[in-house]
Amino acid sequence: MLGDDALILSHRLAEWTGHAPALEEDVALANISLDLLGQARTLFSLVGNEDELAFLREERAFHNIQLVEQPNGDFAHTIARQLYFSVAQEIRWTAVAGSPDCPTPIRELAAKAVKETAYHRDHAWEWTLRLGDGTDESRTRMRRGIEVMWRHTGELFVPIPGLPLDEPALRAQWLTALETVLAAATLTLPEGPDADAWTAGGGRQGVHTESFGFLLAEMQHLHRSHPGATW
Amino acid sequence: MVTPRTAPPDDATLRAAAATVPDPELPVLTLAELGVLRELRIDRPTDQDDTSSHPPDAPPAARVRVRVDITPTYTGCPALETMATDLETALRQAGATEVTVRTVLSPAWSTDDITVEGRHKLSAAGIAPPRPTGHAEGGPVGLTLTIRCPRCGSTDTTLLSRFSSTACKALRRCDTCREPFDHVKEL
Repeated sequence: MLGDDALILSHRLAEWTGHAPALEEDVALANISLDLLGQARTLFSLVGNEDELAFLREERAFHNIQLVEQPNGDFAHTIARQLYFSVAQEIRWTAVAGSPDCPTPIRELAAKAVKETAYHRDHAWEWTLRLGDGTDESRTRMRRGIEVMWRHTGELFVPIPGLPLDEPALRAQWLTALETVLAAATLTLPEGPDADAWTAGGGRQGVHTESFGFLLAEMQHLHRSHPGATW
Repeated sequence: MVTPRTAPPDDATLRAAAATVPDPELPVLTLAELGVLRELRIDRPTDQDDTSSHPPDAPPAARVRVRVDITPTYTGCPALETMATDLETALRQAGATEVTVRTVLSPAWSTDDITVEGRHKLSAAGIAPPRPTGHAEGGPVGLTLTIRCPRCGSTDTTLLSRFSSTACKALRRCDTCREPFDHVKEL
């Protein structure tokens, strides 16, 4: 599940390569994408063959949360998705690394990944400040980004089998961190619910949004068209 | 190809061979100086040991198994496979008959693992070395110490981007000589 989150978000971020608003940003998003891909590979290799898991599964067999598969939209959309995800991921990896109840290989990965995720969080955090407290246009777009992505955040703290963590406490930490950065960016958390019958969800059960099929098609077509190819 | 040798290599030769393999992305440094070369175990099986895994063309007396542990700088480091291949080639050339390279994640690599010699080499190559992390919990350390421009030595430098040409570097600019430069960011 966490491996799927990392893989799919990695793919979405990689879509920015060559399209980001500045060269530095192109490089930054590709770097974050690469870190996430590394996390996905480590997690996949614990349970099976990396290539098979990434390229040969059908849509319903992916259990990533719907937040990470959301299309990039404009840059503010991407930053909003990145803010929600990286703040949550840093909190989760910190908790996993410090929990003796979590499996050792995952704790080892968490201890390593949390250091990288801190840079991802910082990146999202700084862009949220710059866009939120920027021009009228950037503020409007950033606000729209955090509102549109909000309804996909309800799955972030759904308990994950095998990782016994205090999810409500993690979520409380997440909300506090978001309130802090959004206040500094002259924004506020969206008011609507993030986790009830009226919001999105089901990614963990293999139910995905419309754009996910297109993402998989692009990600998997090369491997499927040339099975076993090497270079 | 295994070069037939009359005498098997001693441990020091093998260790030296592994220690001189350069990093694929920062070729001015060796893997040892970068701190990613973790452990090297040398084992010389005798005839009583299993013979299944030993190459039929190597005389039993010359069998030298080497197991190397490396750790990635970043989990997504794309250079890991090249490191493993380079280590295997170097060790085989030094006379090892079997080489296994394992990737270990724990304890996580830190920029504090870069040796003093490694830091000097980075600086000489125009890459600002990382500052000590002091093992700060939970992420990047505060920007309290200045980072010197590796070209002119000025301490007047600005961060352009936390992310640069490889996962482990940030992009900075010197405000004195105006040259942009890479900085191995603290991890």
